[in-house]
Amino acid sequence: MARKVTARRVWVSTAAAWLFGFLIFLPILWMVLTSFKTELEAFSMPPKFLLFHWTMENYATVQERSDYLHHALNSILIAGGSTLIAMIIAIPAAWSMAFAPTKRTKDVLLWMLSTKMMPSVGVLVPIYLIFRDFGLLDTRAGLVMILCLGNLPIVIWMLFTYFKEIPKDILEAARMDGATIGRELVYVLTPMAVPGLASTLLLNFILAWNEAFWTLNLSTLDAAPLTTFIASYSSPEGLFWAKLSAASTLAIAPIIILGWFTQRQLVRGLTFGAVK
Amino acid sequence: MGQITLQGVRKSFGPVNIIKNANLDIEDGSFVVFVGPSGCGKTTLLRLIAGLEDVTGGQILIDGKNVVDVPPAKRGLSMVFQSYALYPHMSVRGNIAFGLKMAGLPRPDIDRKVEAAAATLNLTPYLDRKPRELSGGQRQRVAIGRAIVREPKAFLFDEPLSNLDAALRVQMRLEVTKLQKQLATTAIYVTHDQVEAMTMADKIVVLNAGNIEQYGSPLELYERPANLFVAGFIGSPKMNFVSGEAVGEADVATLGVRPEHLRIGKEGEGWPGTVSVAEHLGSDTFLYVDAGKLGMLTARCIGEFNLKSGDRVWLSPDPTRLHRFDKDGAVIRT
Ligand SMILES: Nc1ncnc2c1ncn2[C@@H]1O[C@H](COP(=O)(O)OP(=O)(O)O)[C@@H](O)[C@H]1O
Ligand SMILES: [Mg+2]
Repeated sequence: MARKVTARRVWVSTAAAWLFGFLIFLPILWMVLTSFKTELEAFSMPPKFLLFHWTMENYATVQERSDYLHHALNSILIAGGSTLIAMIIAIPAAWSMAFAPTKRTKDVLLWMLSTKMMPSVGVLVPIYLIFRDFGLLDTRAGLVMILCLGNLPIVIWMLFTYFKEIPKDILEAARMDGATIGRELVYVLTPMAVPGLASTLLLNFILAWNEAFWTLNLSTLDAAPLTTFIASYSSPEGLFWAKLSAASTLAIAPIIILGWFTQRQLVRGLTFGAVK
Repeated sequence: MGQITLQGVRKSFGPVNIIKNANLDIEDGSFVVFVGPSGCGKTTLLRLIAGLEDVTGGQILIDGKNVVDVPPAKRGLSMVFQSYALYPHMSVRGNIAFGLKMAGLPRPDIDRKVEAAAATLNLTPYLDRKPRELSGGQRQRVAIGRAIVREPKAFLFDEPLSNLDAALRVQMRLEVTKLQKQLATTAIYVTHDQVEAMTMADKIVVLNAGNIEQYGSPLELYERPANLFVAGFIGSPKMNFVSGEAVGEADVATLGVRPEHLRIGKEGEGWPGTVSVAEHLGSDTFLYVDAGKLGMLTARCIGEFNLKSGDRVWLSPDPTRLHRFDKDGAVIRT
């Protein structure tokens, strides 16, 4: 009896998980389907699910009209660069807050988080002017900088929580063994924190990849990443749902593939504290 | 060489004074145990010597050189932590070799030393395992291996055996003492267990609430405790204390006598009382005696005594083994 109930419960929760997963996945699926429709079918009522005239035409148009590879390269450089720099700054910062805290450490952490509470648009004008005056508009360096600064608080917070889990004794043992602080970071802390570091890195990369406020406002063409590339299909010549979907599919394809291959690492890192 | 001297060492965390003016002279090659109740500052004092905490005042000399501004890595000491603190991502070999690697020794020298240390500690079959694949006792050995391989000036141990089960603890206690004698390296060993202190130490430092109460050999502490605290802390079962007035010594505030120095006398001889519990261990008999206005007394008698709860006994203390304390708890020497 008891077993039957359990089996049923497993069945129900599995079904619920699938349903929930499908709901989350639905917009992406719809976007991919739409990218293979003609513009006319894209907004036909009632919407067509699978029985439509499949076409590659949108992809051809998109590639013809804009240089996908150029934007993809920009996305890689901007997301990758900002993530890398953020990690290099965040590791020592999180180390000192986790292992050499002072009375003010809590305040510093909170203050860093508070910078994320302000809507970005609130500082758009000053940032824009600074970028203009320093010649940073539509440059990759400028975008790397702004995305790095924007994500830094989250990166430091994540690393701080991972580092907190590492017993202080082990670092002290390294210090007694003659390791300088730099070597302690390289040989002991970093290898122990690999799951946390990896998931922080990936999450930050995904956030930077999809960031669409600063990239849209501070780049036009030269430095424009895929977000700007997508946006170029929404406004100027009216809405082109099918082409917009094709562009979006192209834009998120690399990050979905990356996420697919690193999902185990991501999940392990994000549940690090919970499992222990 | 590993001579360690503390001169007026103080440590406070914020407004709280944890270590108050510690003065100590630890001879090269000796085994010194810091013992005291939990929270008295043993770990803090050890960490000050290690350099993992900065002193608030005073000097720490290693071989005559003041090291208070020298980082832990440069003090030439090695430490065994209560939690073992092994590097979980490194093999046993990697753990033991880490200190040598940091010192920049050439590879062949490292291998040779690591293998020698592993052989000393019976760790050779486990060299390529990760710490999580070892038992508690083996991890303990790795932690000790990591400490000895660097040939430090002194070993610092912070309650290294407290996570082991009782039988293993006794065995490791012996091994640690043997190893220390064999290497003739200074060792400072922290424990809250006075039996561990008595059995392992050349000299014991009794700490209480951040003060050094007494520093001396185990027998000195046993035979000539400097004050009430040491008298009560060292020895098992605990020393009996009675008020001086109750036994007709008006100028003595407290009179102390160890359970093993109370003899069961003839009727009318010594202090009368009623047995409340008698524990028969065969080799010894422990008597818990209600001695009226003297309070509860414990007596430890060698051999078997046919006594039971409710029996009336007379306890006579060995007059040469009495400890007299004044009202501040300091011993009165005559
Ligand atoms: N980093 C610290 N900050 C504040 N108080 C501390 C710190 N380390 C230890 N203490 C306090 O110092 C006292 C002595 O601690 P400790 O040396 O660990 O005692 P023991 O090892 O003898 O049990 C305790 O009351 C403890 O709360
Ligand atoms: Mg302690």
